[in-house]
Amino acid sequence: MSAAGQSAGLWQLAWRRLIADRVAVVSMVVVGLFLLLMIASGLNLIAANWSEEVAVGYAPPSFVGAAKKTAANAPRQADNGPNAYPGTVKDPLATEIAELRRQLDGGVTTSSEADLELGDLKVVDPLAKEMAEILGTTTVAARHELADTLPFGADKWGRDVIKKTVKGSETSIFVGLTAALLATIIGTVLGAFAGYYGGRIDDFFNWFYNVFTAIPYMLLILAIAAVLNQRGVTAVVLILGLTGWTGIYRLVRAEYMKHKSREYVQAADAIGASNRRRMFVHIFPNISHVSLVQLSVNAVGFIKSEVILSFLGFGVPVDKVSWGSMLNEAQNELILGYWWQLAAATLAMALLVTAFSMFTDALRDALDPKIK
Amino acid sequence: MNGDDIIISVQNLRVSFRLDKQTVVEALKGVSFDIPRNSTVALVGESGSGKSVSSLAILGLLPKENALVAPESRILYQGRDLLRTSQSELRQLRGRDFAMIFQEPMSSLNPVFTVGKQIGEVLRVHKGMNARQAKARTIELLDEVGIPEPQRRYDAYPFQLSGGQQQRVMIAMAIACEPKLLIADEPTTALDVTIQKQIIDLVGALQKRRGLSVLWITHDLAVVGEIADRVIVMRHGVVRESGDAKEVFAHPKDDYTCALIQCRPPLDRRPRRLPVIDDYLNGACLPAAEEMQRGTSDSDETVLEVRGLCKYFVSHEGLFGKRITRAVDNVSFAMPRGKTVGLVGESGSGKSTVGLTIMRLHQADGGEVLFRGKNLLELSPRAQMEYKRHIQIIFQNPYASLNPRFVVGDILTEPMRLHGIGVNEAEREKMAAALLDRVGLPVMSLRKYPHEFSGGQRQRIAIARALTLKPEVLICDESVSALDVSVQAQVLNLLQDLQDEFRMSYLFISHDLAVIKYFSDRVVVMNGGEIVETADPDEIYRNPREPYTQRLLASIPRGLPAL
Repeated sequence: MSAAGQSAGLWQLAWRRLIADRVAVVSMVVVGLFLLLMIASGLNLIAANWSEEVAVGYAPPSFVGAAKKTAANAPRQADNGPNAYPGTVKDPLATEIAELRRQLDGGVTTSSEADLELGDLKVVDPLAKEMAEILGTTTVAARHELADTLPFGADKWGRDVIKKTVKGSETSIFVGLTAALLATIIGTVLGAFAGYYGGRIDDFFNWFYNVFTAIPYMLLILAIAAVLNQRGVTAVVLILGLTGWTGIYRLVRAEYMKHKSREYVQAADAIGASNRRRMFVHIFPNISHVSLVQLSVNAVGFIKSEVILSFLGFGVPVDKVSWGSMLNEAQNELILGYWWQLAAATLAMALLVTAFSMFTDALRDALDPKIK
Repeated sequence: MNGDDIIISVQNLRVSFRLDKQTVVEALKGVSFDIPRNSTVALVGESGSGKSVSSLAILGLLPKENALVAPESRILYQGRDLLRTSQSELRQLRGRDFAMIFQEPMSSLNPVFTVGKQIGEVLRVHKGMNARQAKARTIELLDEVGIPEPQRRYDAYPFQLSGGQQQRVMIAMAIACEPKLLIADEPTTALDVTIQKQIIDLVGALQKRRGLSVLWITHDLAVVGEIADRVIVMRHGVVRESGDAKEVFAHPKDDYTCALIQCRPPLDRRPRRLPVIDDYLNGACLPAAEEMQRGTSDSDETVLEVRGLCKYFVSHEGLFGKRITRAVDNVSFAMPRGKTVGLVGESGSGKSTVGLTIMRLHQADGGEVLFRGKNLLELSPRAQMEYKRHIQIIFQNPYASLNPRFVVGDILTEPMRLHGIGVNEAEREKMAAALLDRVGLPVMSLRKYPHEFSGGQRQRIAIARALTLKPEVLICDESVSALDVSVQAQVLNLLQDLQDEFRMSYLFISHDLAVIKYFSDRVVVMNGGEIVETADPDEIYRNPREPYTQRLLASIPRGLPAL
């Protein structure tokens, strides 16, 4: 107890138990670092230029060493096909424009009227601006030599895998956390009503729950995706949040059923506290550890689910990168022996998920020391 | 007493528990006692006295992770030190030579096996009997512990037996291997008085017949007087007094023993205040204070009247089947202003349901509760709010009735806020502080959480919460049953003072006839949801009319001498 007379509540005691646990502290630091990474990336402080081409396609990690100029990438310098290397871009309208200019300058003049009209005319290349840009970038790109190796390699378009992983963490963690938050809120509120009121309200919510869980998970995801009819981070969050509340609902409902007949809730009833007050002011703080642990469990699960969604093509759009989309790309690369993108995404995900799970376990122990 | 007569000798036992890295709590501070052969030794103490830790140490069941036993400690049994015996040897000893019965028979029996199987298992493991022998012996044992129709009960599951029968099964299991020492850890605390009486008699008979030694652990001195040959009184991990039971009760040498004997409400007298431990520890054994008059008269103003109250619980059986349990059936009584009505009965008698139904925490199925001419059971929730102020309740378990996430200040100001008492938060806080002071807690408690208080202190907080609304009727639902005897005396004294000060009427619900007799002006005896007898407390004590009341009275342990 401090001198001020303010003493530690159950939350503070739980916090003290948490920071006394070495595993909890280490996992918290790891999760914290990932969160910092996500925020810094979101503010464009790091990895803002992840989509820039900085190396040759599929540049291997430095510790592996530069690949030999194999048939896979060398010939692309020469051919001028649609995948042509940017240094060799030619202006496709150049010949036509030149022909027109030639006609105008030393051209055939038929009448004075025509002379007057044509005097103010100039041949304008309608695509000149765009072309200049294209030529400009390619010249900049061409100016500094593309790297043969990067610390952890590059993808098909020569983008740095490390930067991609960092940028990917932004999407993945954001999706995981917000979807988990959404699912926890839905599950907790429905569970609270069903468990507290019981009777018909409970029957109704249970019926809803049963219908929901009776539909195969993948079908449900496809259905919601079809209804939302859009792709992007919001859609992924909604899909995961709207399908993931069921587990929390059952746990919270059971807790409310247990707590509603506890003496402290009866005592609140006796002093005249309303149903809503009993539900959310009296009971909720006593069961919130369940929601909190479930939030954490779900965040881990949803980071993994996002991968599956991306794999199925319901993930984030192509102009964004997430660990899921990286793994999706990696399935083709792996056949060619380019393993580094897979390794980077897997490593980052394994580290975060492990740390998060360990943190969740420690959190549960700290919040409910009796279970252990 | 020579060495051969002693079965177990505990010498200078010191046990501490490590709570976390910094905190180590000393539970036993050098405890020594002997358990003689063929006798019953009672280990008496309140919660935290270390009585259970002592028994766990004898059985080698102290938690390995955080229990520290001092090197000089010894527990000698047949020439060896149990503290230095290997776990596998101890396990053998526990089955063969020592046995234990616990407080909660329901949680000590495995619910998915029949009782016959559970007893039979002990016989087969420790006695090497085959299935047929084990069954025959089990039925003998069930018969010996007084279970009716042992042949049929052999195949019963624990939940099919009553609490008393479950405890008998536990005892049968404990004596199955003919142990030399039986440790009984509060074996009757969870049982009704009539059942408690039977179990005490049973263990007493078994002890004599089989020549066992029994270590009976309890907080209740009255039980001890009935059964024990020797008494050891413990407090805060120290033996305060030990000796021959009759001698200790007749001439207690220690102040604490003296206090424990005195602070139970006596059956034959009614002092105005019950003595509390502090009275004794500060001075010598004090003479009892002035007597108090109890009883009601016809001129008493009636505050609350209950007429024909009914509450049924419906349980569904099968598809269409229904079974109606009449928890409360046609109960009527009146509560006079400033007086206490005691509602007494065994578990399942419906006495608590009466309290909860009056509060409308349960919906009644019939009858009226009249308060100021209004039937409270008919009011809409909104109209009822006004009446909630006037009728308040204090629950049994102070550990469960306070919200653990609220500080005491919030617990006390919430009812005032809900009922618009006090102009602003500052005023309410001032009123809460005054109430805390009134129930005997320091004002700084306002910022503390319930878990920082002991059971007695929490019950004081619960009382203060009820008082915030200045009720006219206070329902005390087993409000002192979960407390240690010395704390019980303090809370009863406080409740009496508050009644005198605020002229409140109490509905005092309890299973403890001694407390009811001491505290009530009028006693209502309930059984099976119905009122058996309503009478003056002295009248009920002197000439109970109904056989049920007589049985209840006869079961009260009277081990204590009338001092």
